[in-house]
Amino acid sequence: MALLRITSPHTQRAGRRTSWVMQMVILATIPGIVVQTWLFGWGTFINLMIACITALLSEAAILAIRRRPVGFFLKDYSALLTAVLLGVALPPVVPWWVTVTAVAFAIIFAKQLYGGLGNNPFNPAMVGYAIVLVSFPVPMSQWLGVHSMVSAGETLSFMQSLQAIFHQLPVIDSYTMATPLDGFKHKDLLDSQAAFSSIAALQGPSLNSWLWVNLAYLVGGLALIWLRIITWHTPVALLGALLIMSGAFHLFDPSNTATPFFHLTTGAAMFGAFFIATDPVSSCTSNRGKLIYGAGIGILIYIIRSWGGYPDGVAFGVLLMNFAAPLIDYYTQPRTYGHKKAKTGLKVGEDN
Amino acid sequence: MPTVNMQTANIFSFHGGIHPPENKTQSLQLPLGRPSLPNELILPLGQHIGQSSRPLVKVGDKVLKGETIAINNGFLSSFLHAPTSGTITAIEERLIAHPSGLSDLCIILTPDGSDTWTKLEPLSHWQDISKTDVLAYLSEMGIIGMGGAGFPTQVKLQGAYKNPLTHFIINAAECEPYITADDMLIREKTLELVLGIEILQHLVQADHVVIGIEDNKPTAIAALRTVLNKRKSKIQVAVVPTKYPSGGEKQLIQLLTGKEVPSGQYPADIGILCQNVGTCVAVHDAITLGKPLISRFTTLTGDALKNPQNVEVLLGTPVAHLLDYAESEPKKLSRLIMGGPMMGYTLDSAAVPIVKTSNCILAASKKELPPPAPEQACIRCGMCEQACPASLLPQQLLWFSKSQEFEKAEHHNLFDCIECGACSYVCPSSIPLVQYYRHTKSSIREAREATVKSDLAKQRFEARKARQDAEAAEKEAKRLARQKATPSKTTDEKKSAPAKAAPTAAAAPATTDESKKLKVDIAIGKSKLKKLEKQLLEAQENEHVEDINSLQLQVTDQEKAIALLEEQLAQMPSATPAAPAVNTAKASTAPVNDELKKAKVDVALIGVKLKKLQKQLIETPDDQELKDKINAFETDLKAAQDTVSRLSATTESHTAASEPKAAASDELKKLKIDAAIAKAAVKKVEKALKKAEEINAPEIEAIRQQLKEAQQRADDLEKALANPEAASQNAEAQTKKADAAPNNVDADAAKKRKIDLAIAKAGIKKAEKNIQLLQEQGKDEAEINASEWPSKLKEAQEKLAALEAEESAPATAVSAPVEKTADTVAQSEVKAEPEMDLATQIKKEKIAVALAKAQINKLNKRLESTPEDADSINQEINATQQRLQRAEALLEKLIHSQTNMQENR
Repeated sequence: MALLRITSPHTQRAGRRTSWVMQMVILATIPGIVVQTWLFGWGTFINLMIACITALLSEAAILAIRRRPVGFFLKDYSALLTAVLLGVALPPVVPWWVTVTAVAFAIIFAKQLYGGLGNNPFNPAMVGYAIVLVSFPVPMSQWLGVHSMVSAGETLSFMQSLQAIFHQLPVIDSYTMATPLDGFKHKDLLDSQAAFSSIAALQGPSLNSWLWVNLAYLVGGLALIWLRIITWHTPVALLGALLIMSGAFHLFDPSNTATPFFHLTTGAAMFGAFFIATDPVSSCTSNRGKLIYGAGIGILIYIIRSWGGYPDGVAFGVLLMNFAAPLIDYYTQPRTYGHKKAKTGLKVGEDN
Repeated sequence: MPTVNMQTANIFSFHGGIHPPENKTQSLQLPLGRPSLPNELILPLGQHIGQSSRPLVKVGDKVLKGETIAINNGFLSSFLHAPTSGTITAIEERLIAHPSGLSDLCIILTPDGSDTWTKLEPLSHWQDISKTDVLAYLSEMGIIGMGGAGFPTQVKLQGAYKNPLTHFIINAAECEPYITADDMLIREKTLELVLGIEILQHLVQADHVVIGIEDNKPTAIAALRTVLNKRKSKIQVAVVPTKYPSGGEKQLIQLLTGKEVPSGQYPADIGILCQNVGTCVAVHDAITLGKPLISRFTTLTGDALKNPQNVEVLLGTPVAHLLDYAESEPKKLSRLIMGGPMMGYTLDSAAVPIVKTSNCILAASKKELPPPAPEQACIRCGMCEQACPASLLPQQLLWFSKSQEFEKAEHHNLFDCIECGACSYVCPSSIPLVQYYRHTKSSIREAREATVKSDLAKQRFEARKARQDAEAAEKEAKRLARQKATPSKTTDEKKSAPAKAAPTAAAAPATTDESKKLKVDIAIGKSKLKKLEKQLLEAQENEHVEDINSLQLQVTDQEKAIALLEEQLAQMPSATPAAPAVNTAKASTAPVNDELKKAKVDVALIGVKLKKLQKQLIETPDDQELKDKINAFETDLKAAQDTVSRLSATTESHTAASEPKAAASDELKKLKIDAAIAKAAVKKVEKALKKAEEINAPEIEAIRQQLKEAQQRADDLEKALANPEAASQNAEAQTKKADAAPNNVDADAAKKRKIDLAIAKAGIKKAEKNIQLLQEQGKDEAEINASEWPSKLKEAQEKLAALEAEESAPATAVSAPVEKTADTVAQSEVKAEPEMDLATQIKKEKIAVALAKAQINKLNKRLESTPEDADSINQEINATQQRLQRAEALLEKLIHSQTNMQENR
């Protein structure tokens, strides 16, 4: 009778492994993917495929170079999750090499070079997104429009999407249009009311399409909270900060700013709040820290949307707050049992 | 108050917690079992926290059931009784149920099968006799906490007298999965439990008595309520929701009172006492039935058992016997756990016995408790944080543990971790978090012990150095004095005395030398012994269980060594009866002096002990034991004082006879040196204390104690110094008249005064600096005033003023040239001192710079070899570079000031 010698605890919660967590997050993006495919054609789906293959290949290659067990790490689904998040964030008909660049950079540079899963200080998906956003601004701003608004009057077929992604599609211009955020950004001297009545991207069907996308991600995000994979802190703080910022500025200057509802239901607001900002590795750990972290991203999103150079600011907001996360962590330790108050900061280099 | 209200209590909640599968029903299917007598009972001597019991029996002795077979060994210890009648067949090392899997001394009892009770003597009048007697009785009955830790109950109850109790909590939560022993105990012995609680309540007199029980034991709750209603008892039943670890002492206290036990303190400090239900029943059995603790309820459960059930089992029953009783299937058994699956520990073999704290034997199959999955990377998902009942940040602690950043780990309150295992349970990456924390905790403890040790070594080294320096200075002074004296005095009668003694038998000095050496050895040995005893006491007080045994061993070793030495010493004089009588006149003074010193030290020591005891007595006024001790000490003290006075009388006569001045001044010098060393020690300990307070180390108490003792020593010495000073002044005054060179003495005095002055000034400066520091730290005025520094400053200033006044007075009296020489000497000394300081400081800084550079190099190398840890290493490098810069700046400044000073000269 060879008895196993091990110290306590002897039992573990069954089933909830890291790979399960990653799978659940991937599954939670399905409503969003379905809505995006429905609205913008098969481009999103094809992007996802390209992204997933690239992610697995680059992860496997780097793991092999680092002499780590390839199969063991690929099975944790973290590379796939990065690929999925990037795939849905990129425009539906972005050329294939943009997707490949973004995903490969995310996996190789933002994740593996820092030591792989759990060691990356920045959100890999957003690093990849930011790289292609600043490197290839033209394809990155080419979003498809909702079929009732574009001049072609229909969504791209599967073959057309393939053609657009892998070769080129001469008629692509008749399918694309500015996103609402882009449209609002370039309203120039028009005041809000005039912008909403004259700019195509700010008309009802366009706004509604983005509302649907955001609602779909909201559903997925709520599922994650229900599964206790993420806590409510980051998304609520992010959306709350965005709401307060846009609300305050809209009250202050209604003629030049958009409504809070507009800000919360366009662009990547919900996707960012529930799927990007909640990446546990690069965000804050304590509940209080998550609140500050989320709120910081919300504020940065509004600032970049309103005064920055890009129509949406989720990627840069998240990356900037990634920088701040360790600092926030030091100052937001929870109060430990038996202590009068929480310890803050850290005395480094003090001799004792 | 309506009776309904009396039995409900407010329930609060605690952070985190988990809901593992309960698995409690398996063991409740069958009624309580009573296994047959095994072939032998194995009774470990250390079943409780604290020191192992001392066996009272010998191999071959026949004992009756309930007879005491081992008694307590010190304060934190317990008794042990024979669980059945039979013969003691061995007292030997056996495997015991301990996480370490080690062996320990056990009494082996072979039952005779008749199970005859010894005569039972219940404590029927427990309500009338003093509580201390009841506690002593409980100790003799071997009652310890049966919830898991095994803390001797009488010690815990005594601790509860510190503060008036608001809550007396009976822990019936039993939150660990699988275990149902307490549940079964409550069902089977409801009345005994309530009676036991009433006895304990009589002993502690708490405002509220609450039974905390999880809501997954409805039968037990109903049984309790019925009995309590029938007795119209004021005991409340608080039903808490099932959530692991609600049965943890701290968590149950938070659940029932909403209060938290402050970090590093005990529940008794906030007026709360917790007892396990098993302990309450054992108290009842002991007091009303006279039965000592010889059996307990244990759950036998797990998939590898065909008949999982609860059993009432005799202590010492081997686990294998119980596994047979519950029909285990050896093929299925993969892990054998004593305790529950969350906090229990694995057993290597089924030969280990049931002890007083064994609440469960979990014989698990591989399917039930599979081997742990391979560890994956931490993704900081935060599930552990949501589960942690102590509100820690487990994922951060893991990070610090892996990178061995102990300071950060401590800053994140690693030592508040109760090792409940909730974090490991929920971790999706299967990281054995608790194991990491245990490892880090032990590493930190080791590091702390090492620093304490090295500090002590440093102290010793510095004291030795100071002593050697002082001796060298003394020699130098003597040499100078001789140089001056030889031309003026050609015939010195005093000096001829040792010359006369010199040409004696050759053997005599050798033997005296040897005996002296032996005496020194003995003295050293004794001081070591004393130190060890102190450490042992401390360890007992602080419950450093692992230390106690090794210390005990050391103490006995030391005692043996001393005995040996003393024997040798005793043989010595008989071997040298031929020691010349000529020498005795001179030799006798030395021993008398020695004896006098020893007696004085005794007086001081006894005084300290007495004071300590008196303090304790104030805290616990009705402790008869203490009073007795105090009386004993007082007589000791008196005796010691008598010896001192007697001896000092003899020495006086002796010293009067020969070398009055030399002896006095020698003594004086030695005292001064001692005093200086003692003062240095005090300062050192103060510094250590301050640092300890800053980092909030748990050794604060020990250091405080050290400080107190060191101060006491310093004070004693100063007092002693003051007395002989008076004596020597007289002698000096006499010699002044006779002596041709009185200036010398005055110069000495002036020098001394100057040094005192310098010391006083330094003291003021230090006090001022400390006050400033406090102000900088943003402490408000009140806090500063509360600290000792202002008063110290004042003291130092007063001293300085007095010294200055003193100095001005003799300065006018003493002739001008003398003053000048004295001044120059003092000045050069004063000057040399800071210079030397500066030099050492520069050296220190240089070392610091070199160290920092070396560390940076090392880190860079590490960075190259382990790029995974790049950012943490980079952080370290940055920190080190900062340190380096600081050190370099400081060094530059120091060198600059040194050159300045040299130029000034």
